[in-house]
Amino acid sequence: MLALNNIETFYGGIQALKGITLNVEKGEIVTLIGSNGAGKSTALKSISGLVKAAKGSIIYKNEDITKKPPHDTALSGIAHVPEGRRIFPKLSVKENLLMGAFSVKDKREIDERMSKVFQYFPKIKERLDQKGGTMSGGEQQMLAIGRAMMMKPELLMLDEPSMGLAPIIVEQIFEIIKELNQAGITILLVEQNAYQALQIADRGYVIQTGSIKLEGLGKDLIKNNEVREAYLA
Amino acid sequence: MLNNILESIPQVAIDGLTLGTVYAVIALGYTMVYGILELINFAHGEIFMTGAFIGTAMLLLLTGFGWVSALPAIVLLITVLLLTALLTGLLGMGIERVAYRPLRNAPKLIPLITAIGISFLLQDLVRFIAELKKGNYIVTGPSLFTHQIKIHTSSISSIFNDASIKTSFIIVLVSAVIMMVVLDFFVNKTRWGMAMRAVAQDRDTASLMSVNVNKVISLTFFIGSALGGATGVLFAVQYGTIDPYIGFILGLKAFTAAVLGGIGNIRGAMLGGLLLGVMEMFASANLSLLTGGVFGAEYKDVFAFIVLIAVLIFKPEGLLGKPVAEKV
Repeated sequence: MLALNNIETFYGGIQALKGITLNVEKGEIVTLIGSNGAGKSTALKSISGLVKAAKGSIIYKNEDITKKPPHDTALSGIAHVPEGRRIFPKLSVKENLLMGAFSVKDKREIDERMSKVFQYFPKIKERLDQKGGTMSGGEQQMLAIGRAMMMKPELLMLDEPSMGLAPIIVEQIFEIIKELNQAGITILLVEQNAYQALQIADRGYVIQTGSIKLEGLGKDLIKNNEVREAYLA
Repeated sequence: MLNNILESIPQVAIDGLTLGTVYAVIALGYTMVYGILELINFAHGEIFMTGAFIGTAMLLLLTGFGWVSALPAIVLLITVLLLTALLTGLLGMGIERVAYRPLRNAPKLIPLITAIGISFLLQDLVRFIAELKKGNYIVTGPSLFTHQIKIHTSSISSIFNDASIKTSFIIVLVSAVIMMVVLDFFVNKTRWGMAMRAVAQDRDTASLMSVNVNKVISLTFFIGSALGGATGVLFAVQYGTIDPYIGFILGLKAFTAAVLGGIGNIRGAMLGGLLLGVMEMFASANLSLLTGGVFGAEYKDVFAFIVLIAVLIFKPEGLLGKPVAEKV
């Protein structure tokens, strides 16, 4: 479904990705784990087009999206929930959700998608008129995922959804990620919380200083000694 | 002395509100662009000036055809307002495309200097064309809406004097209020208005929601410049004589109004404009009275900028602005 071939990405003179190759098949949960600054977020940003890959190609459903600007990538069915949730703090919760469905003009379709979001996140419904910035971290993360669901994506990319959240909330969010996957959404999950991520992932990649160091099935990686020492200790 | 001040209040309020709405609409252009790009578009005052010239040129042209007498003046004015708004809107969009977009990722100071450069360019361009066509860069438009109306405010209470207004005052006031109400509705209630607010808060994330950020920025410049240009026409109709340098001081004051209300905040700009207009008119009417003739009405501009300095010292985020917590 999605394939990155030898992607190299730079920030000015600094090379953040040194030839990343990975692929995601339809229906999978694939996780990309690694420490701070390894290039996890840059990989997602290269896919969505927020940063341009200098070399290599990104193929999504037989289409080369390497050079697509982010708003076009979003239209082709890839939703990117950025690191730190990045909800719009001064828009109401409802407006945040509506922003997710920005490209949709049919009001009924928007309502349908919204009630779907409420099924997964009933709490959001109670807070529709509140400003996004007044919610707690966990609620903001749920809103950010809900907002991405409003795009009705085929591929959902999540950048560290567990960041800064209480363990019980992390548990809930990973549960919902699993449910979304069972409902047919393919997931690409970037995490520092390797243990949680590998538990729900079909496959995983370990990224270190801009290159893929290891790849394998989630259940294998979780037992792998290198991974255990570096990320699960 | 108090009696004198009270007597003049109705007239001060009317003049002040009218001037204030002009400031307010121009301030909107500054504040919208700042909100979305954190750029102080110093060329905005010149867009207002260009609008004044385009509008006057159209009115003169139509007067030449004898249409001014054939059509009701108000229909004519509305047509000219809309056409000018369209043209200055496109001008603003073009300026963003050519002068600011290539510098989007440059340090903030660089587009600011470009903006000042664009102002000079517009001033000289308008002056050149005006001199070419009229032989003089100071242009007087056809006089419209000069009918005087007296308002008997003295009948409300005997401490007030009567106030008098020109018909054009009412037109300025009504048009400016309509522009502000429509803009407020657009920004707060429509899909593209929401996209504009989203882009202002977080450009990257908005683009992930399939919002074409460049389109939204172009739209912002179009709306801000269209409002500014239309206000230029209103100004020309109100004051009759215009020159290529009117945009400078008026632009600065509108900018002051935007800062006063909290730059980046649309309702703040409206409030700031109205307040500044009223304060300035109050100063112009009463300064010499209050200072025993030491400072005359000509010091009203100084007064406006003292307000700016005071705001910057005591409430730098503006009246309706919220202090931004700098992330460390």
